[in-house]
Amino acid sequence: MAPDLSIKDRLSEHQAFVGRALVIFAVAVLLVVGLIVRLVQLQVWEHDVYRTRSDENRILVQPLAPQRGLIYDRNGVLLADNRPVFSLELVGERIDDLSAFIEELSTVVTISEEDVTGFYERLKRRRRPFEPIVLKLTLTEDEIAKLAVNRHRFINGMQVNAKLVRFYPYGELFTHAIGSVRRVTEDDLRRLDPVNYSATTFVGKLGVEQFYERSLHGEVGYQRVETDAHGRIRQELERSLPQAGQNLSLHLDSRLQIAASGALGERRGAIVAIDTRSGGILAMVSNPGYDPNLFVTGISNQKYQELVTSRDTPLFNRAINGQYAPGSTFKLIVALAGLTYDVVTWEEQIEDRGWFKLPNHERIYRDWSWTKDNSGGQGIVDLNRAIYRSSNVFFYNLATRLHIDQLTDFASQFGFGRVMSVDVAGASNGLLPDPIWKRGAKGEVWYPGDNVNMGIGQGDLLVTPLQLATVASVIANRGKWVRPQMLLASDLPLSEVDPPPSLPRVQGPSADDWEWLIDSMEDVVHRGNKGYRQNGVAWAYIGRGISYRMAGKSGTAQVVEIKQGEEYDEEELDEYNRKHAWFMAFAPADDPAIAVSVLVENGGGGSSVAGPIAREVLDAHLLPQLAGLDDNRARR
Amino acid sequence: MSNQDFIRSFPQSAGLSASQSLRMMHIDPILMLLLLGVVGYGLVILYSAVDRDSSIFSAQALRMCLGLVALVLAAQLRPNFYLRWAPMLYVLGAGLLIAVLIVGVKVKGSQRWLELPGLPRFQPSELMKIAVPMMLAWYFRDRPLPPTVKDIAVALVLIAVPAALIMQQPDLGTGILVAAAGLTVILLAGVYWRWMLYAFLAMAAAAPAVWYVLQEYQRQRILTLFDPQSDPLGAGWNIIQSTTAIGSGGLFGKGLFQGTQSHLDFLPESQTDFIIAVVGEELGFFGLLGLLLLYMAIVARGLVIASQAQNNFGRLLAGALTLVFFVYLFVNIAMVAGLLPVVGVPLPLVSYGGTSAITLLAGFGIIMSIRSHKVW
Repeated sequence: MAPDLSIKDRLSEHQAFVGRALVIFAVAVLLVVGLIVRLVQLQVWEHDVYRTRSDENRILVQPLAPQRGLIYDRNGVLLADNRPVFSLELVGERIDDLSAFIEELSTVVTISEEDVTGFYERLKRRRRPFEPIVLKLTLTEDEIAKLAVNRHRFINGMQVNAKLVRFYPYGELFTHAIGSVRRVTEDDLRRLDPVNYSATTFVGKLGVEQFYERSLHGEVGYQRVETDAHGRIRQELERSLPQAGQNLSLHLDSRLQIAASGALGERRGAIVAIDTRSGGILAMVSNPGYDPNLFVTGISNQKYQELVTSRDTPLFNRAINGQYAPGSTFKLIVALAGLTYDVVTWEEQIEDRGWFKLPNHERIYRDWSWTKDNSGGQGIVDLNRAIYRSSNVFFYNLATRLHIDQLTDFASQFGFGRVMSVDVAGASNGLLPDPIWKRGAKGEVWYPGDNVNMGIGQGDLLVTPLQLATVASVIANRGKWVRPQMLLASDLPLSEVDPPPSLPRVQGPSADDWEWLIDSMEDVVHRGNKGYRQNGVAWAYIGRGISYRMAGKSGTAQVVEIKQGEEYDEEELDEYNRKHAWFMAFAPADDPAIAVSVLVENGGGGSSVAGPIAREVLDAHLLPQLAGLDDNRARR
Repeated sequence: MSNQDFIRSFPQSAGLSASQSLRMMHIDPILMLLLLGVVGYGLVILYSAVDRDSSIFSAQALRMCLGLVALVLAAQLRPNFYLRWAPMLYVLGAGLLIAVLIVGVKVKGSQRWLELPGLPRFQPSELMKIAVPMMLAWYFRDRPLPPTVKDIAVALVLIAVPAALIMQQPDLGTGILVAAAGLTVILLAGVYWRWMLYAFLAMAAAAPAVWYVLQEYQRQRILTLFDPQSDPLGAGWNIIQSTTAIGSGGLFGKGLFQGTQSHLDFLPESQTDFIIAVVGEELGFFGLLGLLLLYMAIVARGLVIASQAQNNFGRLLAGALTLVFFVYLFVNIAMVAGLLPVVGVPLPLVSYGGTSAITLLAGFGIIMSIRSHKVW
């Protein structure tokens, strides 16, 4: 500034002030121009960016979960339903101190440690910003009310959401038949279509729920909503409705399932019943089971550990994954193979003294009636008698006459060692051993003794209850195949079902062979009052008071090897080392409608333990039908 | 004002023109019109910003009326009165600031408010926005200008004491405004440009040291300015949302009451410090430009009045009060537009809140008094 201002001169002071004020005003104008440039930048040059950002801010695209398809039994009984549950969800982005927030919440509703750890796990997963994350899945009415009252304390970041989740009205009863859904995991998300599953919490993990997942799930919808900064929806702008999953009807018959489950009772085991005409699976029981609803609404870690570690393995589906030696039920296959390859005839007779030895071998193969002093046996047996008396010696003998390749080729026609079902998810193959397999798996050559063991369904041969029911069904149909199948009908054709090629008839046995074999199986059940060693082995247990013709075959699968020269003594063995009891059957023998296999783990005798269960199942299915037929006839 | 004035003006007022009667009341018609324009504009925007809540709106309208009453009253007092009471006011204000630090009421972590029996709760720091420039104008009133180094040193102490007390509360925004009010007086009093250069260099050198004096949240605010996305949900949220609001407004805006950013609560403090973003969003670039022109017209008019004042006290006081008003609006808009760190400075005469509007309008009353009272 000019130095002459130090002179106290009012006029020049005034002029100097005006000068300064002008300079300062000019600076102010410059600053404001700077502001205006900034505004031009924001509002003109970058307007589009901010316009988009503003829209993104307020417009949220929310996926809408499709309603999962319902599952019905053949009579329209609902087996898998959806019902609303209310869950407590948090929006992590809106909460400064999550642990304090959860602490505070836990003063209102009980929040377990598992809820919290689960929440943090889900929080870590890849997800959309501002997506609510479940803290507690199932709120009780009481808790919903408490949260409503205390809502103001948690207004920022907490929401209570209702969603439809799976509900299995029968609980444990159908667990192993239709499977269940489980919470979507990180692994699932990598496998599933992330868009279609963006609103989905549960995915079919087992059984029908797994196999028909794609159709049951449906197509995701979405809604574009305007939200405020707290994530609350102000209005809906656009909505594309989700497409509900398909409803399925299964062959399962809930009445038969209940009867079968009741017949098995508390015993560990499995039952599979098949409609021999369609291949439809009418009942599938595996005991023990578990309540699948636990996995939907949340299961405590302790309860889960109990399920996992229980010696009775309730999570294990014995009907399709339990692989057991078929025991004597396999004799039917050996018989048909022998007839096919002309190594035996219906007329041939041998003497059964209760034991069998291969030439030049010391090892004794025993009949089930064998005793320590090498007595027992069935006497003179032909093929028919060998079946209804279940003579081991006859079949030891027969098996040694067959080449192993002949036996396995023939047996594989019945589906041994393969999955033949159309839509049973995760079914096991079983095992049909042959020399190649044995060399690979055990590093041993095939011994003649292996043939002997296989003759009575022991050794390495393994079969699941589903497979054995299928075998029963194929025999019932005289060699004609129908694949076992869960699905009866759906509203629309399902994408999952690419019908597998139909299977050829079982080749080899003549029509007479089939009929005589089935006659022999009828003898197993119906031949009675004939005296010592003359009755069918199952007659005493199930053969009386039966109003239809039932064809059956019992089996007993060894769990531990009985040493040479020792007798099998059930009392001395640990329960879990006792023999498994099998019974396979179908009825009516002349015009079969239903085939069934029953397995009782460590149950002991096939005829005495598994036989009555099989009969109960057949009774439950056939007696109402037969009564109906009689009514119709009477009316006519 | 003499009794004669009253006798002359009131019975004949009907015969006088509107501008003449305003002049009788010591009201500058140009400045008054511009101020009413901003106040009216501000009330409309506030009505939108509070979601047309009429109770909040009428509370603000009432405050504006109180402010205008304060303006008229302040205009009636002669500049000599202010000159006489300037030191007393300053000492009283400083005393109240100390009292605030000892017995003040804490709101949201800051101790800014004083509750004295019989008085409504108020912020003594607001008083200092007027008291500090008045004190400095008093100090420089008949000293040689440009001031000597010693005078400037004294003036800086007079500024630093209340500013430091206010920043202790802590209230950085008001502290800066009070300091700015004092510094404008020194600026208007005349400082060699050379010295200003030195001062600027000294400040630049001290900047790193200042960094360590700042509180953590203040540092965060400065960092956020450079990269709002670094903490989009924390410190950056305000700036991201306010620039989004302004930017999405475009040239003509989304329309009054149509702003999504503000009405859907994305924009924080939309009724108070960030209200200019509502203007930008709803009325667009032209809405902002109009408001800025009004503001600059007020600043220009204030400086004209200052230039025409009869003595140094009047010039310095009127000029300083005008420039504080400018600092207010510039800091606020620059902050909301993401050019300055977030400090708590409201938009003058528009933001919701009473004390600052009343102080500001009272300040303009003083400016009008300086304009109108030819006789000291």
